[in-house]
Formats: sequence, structure tokens, C-alpha cells
Amino acid sequence: LSATAEIPKEDGRPKWDNKFQYILSCIGFAVGLGNVWRFPYLCQIHGGGAFLIPYFIALLFEGIPLLHLELALGQCLRKGSIGAWNTISPYLGGIGVGSWVVSVLVSLYYNTVLTWVMWYFINSFQQPLPWSVCPLNENRTGFNEECYESTAVSYFWYRKTLNVTPDITESGTLQWWLILCLATCWAIVYLCTIRGIETTGKAIYVTAIFPYLVLTIFLIQGLTLPGATEGLIYLFTPNLNTLKNPRVWLDAATQIFFSLSLAFGGLIAFASYNPTKNDCEKDAVTVAIVNSMTSLYASIPVFSVLGFKATTAYRDCLDRNIISIINEFDLPEESIMRQNYTSWISFLNSSYPEKIAGLKLKSCNLQEFLDQSVSGTGLAFIVFTQAIILMPGSQAWAILFFIMLFSLGLSSMFGNIEGVFTPLLELRIIPKSAPKELLSGIICLISFLIALCFTLGSGSYWIDIFDRYAASVPLLVVGFFEVIGVAYIYKIKRFSKDVEWMTGRKLNLYWHITWRFISPLLLLIVFMAFVTLQMQKPPSYTAWNPKYEGFPMKEEKVYPPWVQAICVLLAALPCVCVPLAALFHLIKQKRTSKDPSFVPPEVFSCQGANS
Amino acid sequence: MLRALLLTLSVVAIAHAELCKPDAQNAFKVRISIKTALGDNAYAWDANEEYLFKAMVAFAMRRYSSKSTTQISNVLLCNVTDRVSFWFVVTDSSKNVTTVPRTEVEAAIRMNRNRINSAFLLSDKTLQFLKITSTLSPPVEPSTPVWLIVFGVVLCLIVAGIVFLVVSGIQKHKKKNKESTERENLEEKVEVTLENGIPCEALDLKTGHINGVFAADDERFTSL
Repeated sequence: LSATAEIPKEDGRPKWDNKFQYILSCIGFAVGLGNVWRFPYLCQIHGGGAFLIPYFIALLFEGIPLLHLELALGQCLRKGSIGAWNTISPYLGGIGVGSWVVSVLVSLYYNTVLTWVMWYFINSFQQPLPWSVCPLNENRTGFNEECYESTAVSYFWYRKTLNVTPDITESGTLQWWLILCLATCWAIVYLCTIRGIETTGKAIYVTAIFPYLVLTIFLIQGLTLPGATEGLIYLFTPNLNTLKNPRVWLDAATQIFFSLSLAFGGLIAFASYNPTKNDCEKDAVTVAIVNSMTSLYASIPVFSVLGFKATTAYRDCLDRNIISIINEFDLPEESIMRQNYTSWISFLNSSYPEKIAGLKLKSCNLQEFLDQSVSGTGLAFIVFTQAIILMPGSQAWAILFFIMLFSLGLSSMFGNIEGVFTPLLELRIIPKSAPKELLSGIICLISFLIALCFTLGSGSYWIDIFDRYAASVPLLVVGFFEVIGVAYIYKIKRFSKDVEWMTGRKLNLYWHITWRFISPLLLLIVFMAFVTLQMQKPPSYTAWNPKYEGFPMKEEKVYPPWVQAICVLLAALPCVCVPLAALFHLIKQKRTSKDPSFVPPEVFSCQGANS
Repeated sequence: MLRALLLTLSVVAIAHAELCKPDAQNAFKVRISIKTALGDNAYAWDANEEYLFKAMVAFAMRRYSSKSTTQISNVLLCNVTDRVSFWFVVTDSSKNVTTVPRTEVEAAIRMNRNRINSAFLLSDKTLQFLKITSTLSPPVEPSTPVWLIVFGVVLCLIVAGIVFLVVSGIQKHKKKNKESTERENLEEKVEVTLENGIPCEALDLKTGHINGVFAADDERFTSL
């Protein structure tokens, strides 16, 4: 973190130290927590290896074209998202504003997820791990009731970390330990983004490469665990019947779109710091393929560990049944082993059926344990932590795992913050004489203060809302308008000339077809299907309520109307920026000139701006 | 004489059988899992182990009530299975053919549970007295929670990094300002036009030198 003097181009814009930093930043932005905890889950529930077919089709027709579009745009126009779209056409400036709003909303809640990761990380230095044992109740005769009914891991997550309230309307109190961790996380983000890409460029070497190291270590460890092969076979066995379900195709398309972090404006910002004569086509293909390969690579250790956990749970189930039978019939120890369990059970059932029925034995089925699929925070903080307890040397594994999650999330945060920072810098919110450190400090401070809401008791419910509504539909809308804006308003002919000038070779037919027809159509279908699916049932959530009869199952509740209004607001706010900005510009045009006709976009091209 | 002796013995045996049987009043079931606890080092449960058990229970009763009246013969074992599990009662020698109330026995066992466990190299889980709950030991908690220490370390490192970067940024800014003011001063001097190395301002006409060769000597030129 040396204070190297920035070597600005003639226009005073900072630039990357080398090409590798730029590629690594884009990869770090794209590769995030979703590659570890969403892709393996989707693979599992959508027919294992068969899911790869819609996934790669979506990558080819949606992911790579959009990625190339954004990188080419940023590189050519050399501005952040708002400035870039304003340059293409003042009527399209709203797209940039929409991207910016989404980046702001996502930065707010994404860092709170990192707060949880940090909390688990600093708790991993204890022996035994705090989520492995239940605390005792007041008179020390037994374990804490809530913990005993569910599991120690769930208790640590819902009570000791989140201290979650049973309902979203009950806000609860601010959790001071989460506030401390949140402050630390925002301090780390500030430390890394303090001077924009000068500092993130150095930090990215660590945060983008380290997760691959840890994934490799977990891969080697995971494959040696008992039951790993069952997990892997379960994951990758293709079930082609699932492809008949349109839901699978929708999930593949949305996964590619969100996984590549498109439409955030961060990629445009990263590319704008490039020299214009740079092969953006190769970059786009590289980043997209690396992202998908990382998802696949990450699912192997994840499923080895899940297979191990399922096998251990299955063995424990069998052992518990064996102990009950031995105790009931007073048979000698080790007379019934796992191998001859089934023969014994059938023998005893025929001779003493009432006694066996009285024992209330649980049926132990390995497939059932493997079927328990979880994604998101449940995978990382409940399932994986439980598996880590079972491994020898659990502290080391826990520490490694949580540092990896933190690096993955931090490199994505860099992209988010850059998507917020670069347009603000260009809009000259603060005077030019003021240092950049001030602007990044203000952004981090304001975000920290707003994100304090997520440290309340009901914070995790709000984060789910933000994740489902602010970071899904608006991105699809902005992405759709991006493609339409470049293909039909800026016109592909001009854009292809710009790209040819930048890359030095003619634009392939593939790009013409996807940019003009396939990608916009695909995005439109995905958007409509997505919205239709969301509208089918009233939005609901699952709450952790110790007083619920079905506890430890989570209680399904419906959002109250005011919360639903906020959901709609979150989804609509970035989207309305697009037409609003166009309207605003139209009114401005009417005021300044009497001619209300459509002003053709200024003749602008990459060569003209930079020769 | 012999008949009387036989009669007393049989009465005692029947009385014992009456006192110690499964679910008898004041009787406890014990379940032992030696193989689970010791694995390969497991010993076999035989009459000697039973004798030790009786001795430990008698020891516990003695320590609890601090009267040395309980004998090993007062502890009766019955229904030993292969599991290994059995029932036991503690008889009261002062009162005829009665057993010590279960609360007393329970309290005595609880008080000396550790000693009993260690005698057999077992633990609370592998030497189970059914219906006697064990007090769970509280987890060891250090005075300062460990996570606070780690958190403090992490926070200090980050704050140090931020301070370093901000200070170096301010220094760079000051240096750039100083450099730019120096360059401005230099430029002011440079703005002065030079003519053969002599600033034009110095060429004050009043103090100039008149070159005699070019002095207007009108006679040299022919007049028109």
C-alpha cells in the first residue's frame, strides 16, 4: 500500500497499474458469495449435471454479450455509468442513474453479510467452537431450551449472532456486537477503496487470489472425508427430466446475470480506467469463463463437505437407533453394528413388534439427508459450520473458511463501491481541490450509518427483502435498456466501428446477432417470467419463532402491507429512473429550445474523443 | 441346628429377592457401557467388578451420612444382563428388611459421582444411573471473551492502515502544492521576455548606451 504517484493520462484520469490488475478486479467483482452458496444449490435442486446445459446456454447468449457490451462501453467512453449513458444520449442518462441507485442499495446490505462473516471469523479462535455446544440453562440442570430443541449451530446463528425477532414488525434492539463488526467492515472497505482504483488495485491481488487457494485446500480436504463421494455423485448425476421445467431455465438465466454482476455500473467504471486500445472482447470472454469455472470448482468442495455431513448424520441416526435397541433388549454392546442393523431390525420386528414400535425409532435414509438442500446464509452459517465441527482441527478450517468468504465478498464490494464512487467523482459532488479520500470517507460513513438498521433484531429479514427486490428486478430492467440503448439508439454500426478501433479486428457475427436480437429478447422473457413468478403468491418469509408449535421448523409468514409497499418501492425506484431522466431531459430541451423534436445524439465515437 | 441355619439363610435369600428386583421400591437401574468407553482396553464385567461396585456404593453412603454403618453386604445387586445392566438397592441394617429411601441413595451417589466414575474408568455417559440426573459442569469461560481480543487486534491494524494512508495522502498533497507554487514563481520570472539574455525592462532608454557608429550623422547621407 505504497503511495505511488498516480500517472494520469492527458485527461487526468487514473489508470490501472497493469492489465492483470484490471482483469483481476473484474473477476473479483464477478466471483462473489453467490458462486459458493447459490450455484451448488441450484445444481443440486435442478438435476445435477443437467443444470449445466441451460447454464452454459445462458452464458453464451446472455452473459458474455452483455459483459462485452459493458466493458466496451466503459473503455470507449472513459466515464462512469452516469456519465457514459449521458454521453450516448442525454435521454438515456437514466440508465446510469438506475445502475447507480442499485449499486448504492446493494452496497448497504452486502457489507452486513460480510459483518456476519467477520463475527463468525473472530469467534473461530475459541476452543471448543462456540457453535458446537449448547449453553446451559439457569440452574445448570440441562441445556438451554431453545438450543436443545433445535441445534447448537442454529442457536448460535439465530440467537447469538442475529438475536432475531420472531416477526419482521418487531424491530428489536441494536445488537452491539454486530455494530462493532459492521464498523470494522466499513473501515476495511474504506481502507481498500480510499483512493479509488489505486488502492483497490493493490488489495485485489490478495482478495481475488486468496479464495482460490482456500478452495483448493478445502477440495483436497473434502475429498478425503468419508462420504464425500456420495455427495459428489449426488451433485453431478444428471437428471435430464428437470430440463422440461421452465423454472430451471429461468434460474439458469438469472444466475448467470446476477453472478456476472452485470448492470451495476461497476464494470463500466472499471473499464473506464483502461487505455482505449485494449482488447475488450478477449477480456469479456476471459472474465465470463473464469467466473463460471470458479462456480463449478467451488461446488466440488462444497458438495464433498455436504456429502460428509449427510453421511455423518446418517451414521449418527443409525447409532442412536442401535443404542435404543440395545438398551431396551439388554443385548451386549456391539452386538448390533451398522452393517447388520437391517437384519436385526427385521428379526426383532417379527418377534417383538410392540416393543420396537414403542421405541419410536427414526427411519435413517441417506438419500433423505442428502436431499436437505440449503442455499445462501443457511449453507454457510448453519450447514457448513456444522460440518466443520465434525472435522479434525475445526478451528483452522473455520478460520480458513470465513476468511475465504470475507475475501470473496470484499472483492465484490470493491466493484459495488466503485460503481457508486466513480459517477459521484465525475459529477463533481465535492470541489476538485478536495482530496478523493474525503469522498470515499463520506460514502463509507453514510453507508455505515444507514446500514445500522440491519443490525436490529429484524435486520436479517430486511436483508432478505433487499436481496430479493432491490438486487433482482431492477438489474434485469437496467440490463435490458442497456442492450436496447446501445443496439438501437447508439446503433450497432457505430458501436461496432468503435469496438473494431479498440480491439483492432472486425466484430464477429456472433456479437451482431446477440446484441441486436438474442440478448434483448432473452432478457425480456426472463424479466417477464421472473415478475410473473414473484406475483403468483403473496410475498412471504420464514421466521425463527421459538414459540411456534412446529419449532425448530421456521414459521411461514406473510409480509404486512407496509413492508410490501417498501418491497415495491425498492424494486421500482431504480427502474423509474430510466423514464424519469428521459422526461426530465425532454422538459429541459423544451425550455431551452422551441424545437421539441427528438435531438439526435451527438456524433461521438471513441476515435474522435481520444485521437 | 442345621435346619435352623438353613431356614434363616433361605428367609434372608427370599427377603433379598423381595427387596432387589426390577422396579422395586428404592431400587435403581444401572447401565454400563465399557466397550464404548474403553474400546480395546475394555475389561470384562465379572463378580470382582460387582464387588467393587458394591464397595463404591457403600463408600458413597458412608461419606454422605457420615455414619459408618453401611456394609458391603448391605448393597444388593440383581438381574445382571449382558448389556451390562443391573438393579441395586441399599438395605438398612438397623431396621429389619427395609431399604434406604431412594432420595438418600440418590443424594449420596450424586455427591460422589466423580469417585465412582473414576473407580471404573468411566464417565457420566458410560456409567449411567437411570433416573439420577447429573449436574452438568459449566463451560470454561475466560474473563475476557476471546472474540473481543481478536476483534481488537483486527481493528487496530485497520485503523493503523487508514491513518497511514490518510497521512501519506495529505503529505503528497502538500508536496504537490509546494511544487506547484514553486513552479508558479519560476513561471513568473520566465514570463519576462528576454532579449539576448537581458530582460527588456532593464533596457531603460534613459540609461541605454548610444552606439556611436549608428549615431545619426546626417552629413554622410546625401540629401534628396
